[in-house]
Amino acid sequence: MGDLNDPFSPFTGRRCPEGEDEGQRHRGQKVAPPLTCLPASSPRERGEESLPRAAQPFLHFGRLLRRYGFAVAPEQVSGFMQAVTLLGPRSMGDIRQAALATLAPPPDRREEFEAHFQSHFYGSTPAMVEGDPDEETRVKDDGGADDDRMEVEQSQEGGELSSAREQLSLREFERDEDRLTAFRCGLSSALPSRRSFRTVRTHSRGKLDLRRSLREIVSADGDVPSPLLRRRQTVARKLLLLIDVSGSMKLHTADYLKLAHAAVQGTDRAEIFTFGTRLTRITSALRLRDRDQALARAAAQVDDWDGGTRMGPTLLAFLSVPRFSSFARGAAVVILSDALERGDHAELEMAMRRLSARAFRLSLATPLAGDPRFRPETAALRAILPDLDDLVDGSSLAGLGDFILSLARPAPHAATIWKRVS
Amino acid sequence: MSGANAETVAMSPEAVAQHLAGSRYLADESLATAIFLAIRMGKPLLLEGAPGVGKTEAAKAVATLLGRDLVRLQCYEGIDAAHALYEWNYQRQLLAIRHAGEQDIDIYDDRFLIARPLLQVLRAPQQRVLLVDEIDRSDHEFEALLLEFLSDFQISIPERGTIRAAAQPIVILTSNRTRELAEALRRRCVYHWIGYPDAEREAAIIMLRAGDVAQATARAVAAAVQTIRARPLAKPPGIAEAVEWANAATILEKGGSPWPEAFRRAIGVLIKDEEDLTYIAPELGRIVEEALG
Repeated sequence: MGDLNDPFSPFTGRRCPEGEDEGQRHRGQKVAPPLTCLPASSPRERGEESLPRAAQPFLHFGRLLRRYGFAVAPEQVSGFMQAVTLLGPRSMGDIRQAALATLAPPPDRREEFEAHFQSHFYGSTPAMVEGDPDEETRVKDDGGADDDRMEVEQSQEGGELSSAREQLSLREFERDEDRLTAFRCGLSSALPSRRSFRTVRTHSRGKLDLRRSLREIVSADGDVPSPLLRRRQTVARKLLLLIDVSGSMKLHTADYLKLAHAAVQGTDRAEIFTFGTRLTRITSALRLRDRDQALARAAAQVDDWDGGTRMGPTLLAFLSVPRFSSFARGAAVVILSDALERGDHAELEMAMRRLSARAFRLSLATPLAGDPRFRPETAALRAILPDLDDLVDGSSLAGLGDFILSLARPAPHAATIWKRVS
Repeated sequence: MSGANAETVAMSPEAVAQHLAGSRYLADESLATAIFLAIRMGKPLLLEGAPGVGKTEAAKAVATLLGRDLVRLQCYEGIDAAHALYEWNYQRQLLAIRHAGEQDIDIYDDRFLIARPLLQVLRAPQQRVLLVDEIDRSDHEFEALLLEFLSDFQISIPERGTIRAAAQPIVILTSNRTRELAEALRRRCVYHWIGYPDAEREAAIIMLRAGDVAQATARAVAAAVQTIRARPLAKPPGIAEAVEWANAATILEKGGSPWPEAFRRAIGVLIKDEEDLTYIAPELGRIVEEALG
């Protein structure tokens, strides 16, 4: 917080292409919470004095959970105490059940919750649960829960990453900048659409809107001035970008992330994941308007930069999390990867088949296709080609942006195009 | 049935579990506690869990337990107020206007109001239990609408004014967790995560639910299903599938197939995904052998 008042702060000296004050204001907002927290905690402090001593542990438990990042509302804590009273409590088991029912820990953090419960109510040594090391693909969801991770933006890692990747000449950079702006502005209207179950008022081509017509008839004393119509709304489909961040894609990842940022800024129906050896959801990191900050934040969340690829297993991991795989349902899915799967590609094939069954359109953009001699002839590519709707060139930002903007337009199936070429 | 009745039924979590068993639903201790708390604290009950663990069945059992009717609102993307709250019967309104001629007529009378699930429950909170099924399928706008309903238990109809519930109705929400629900909604509810039951409980459930299945068969099915669920399948079998499997195998066995064979031939009612079937097929014989002991 001192940074803001400090005249020599890195902020004032930093070059910021998209409006410096913007970033600062944003930062100011993010810094605010500790200040606003103070008045809120004082009535709680006062209320505590009037509570019986026996109730203290329950109150403290709620606070303990909050400290470890569980979302616990005051009414949940009072509900917890009410539940404990209702149950007797006859045993510690009752208190545990009451805590589970009223404080509602998310299922994936249940073990951590149990550990906190044990350490708080049984007084055993604070058992910190680390993520269990399983051999399955790790899935990470930023969930937008900890917004206080904003500090990350200034970290060394982010800076190093972006400076190491700045390989574009200045002129090209400016052109890319314009392209990204055009992409961002055009995206929301260019996404493929579907008919929603909801209806909107319309003046032509629709069904009779009986509710409004009836009101009109009553107010016009029985006359029917003109029929009022409604028709089913069309809504944009979701756009799901899966970005390969493995070593073989090193040259392109920075560009892809910029594009992803533009996509998230352009429409609220975009979801972005990165994959390499793990799967990471970075959508909410990219919601920040300032691109440098957003990319730095996303970079901090991804653990598997420039590693190997396990495309099949990570995509299967994506599909096995119901919340994630529902992003793919009816969506336009674009995978940005070279699809160089080492070893057995059976899992990749299965993942692609499942993805294409869910998705509205499944596309693979590979930088390798920038080469005119490129043919989809690796075993993995040949196997997944029938499942792909598009297999396109992903080597340039311009081509990729244009491709995503054209997703709503019908195109021949990938397999037919590449059969014609080869 | 009255509110006092609800309290006498829900004397303690054990009493709730006993009553649930009476209506052919075997709840574990924590589910019984959650139901008990929801009834006594007057809060909605939010049940989350994988598909096929018996969330909807739990709601039905609660309705039976209280001797009330179950009003079910199935959610889907795009569900809106006209499907959840109320709708006017416009055709009848128009006819009534015609028919009345010069006379005065109230076209916003009860006769013309079609009550949808939320309004139905609001009108008779003591006789009905509301089940909002698969809330995760609806969109955020509907969740907000529901939030308003669940906090005040009232509905505003512009033409009629506000309708308020005479008593706090009992509401059960279920979610498959395909997306994260709004924090505000979770906060207002008593929450319970239903997992798959352990082998012993599952065997008991199969005995209770299936037609005439031998004890040994139920045990074997429960054990085999536990093993199969541990495999990385696209769609792990739920409890209903396990019950059907036990039923189907029993029928086949009576038709003359020997035991392991009957299980293997009836696998289609347990696993309903082609890829999962091919995945599990080589192992199936061994799993069934082991389960039969």
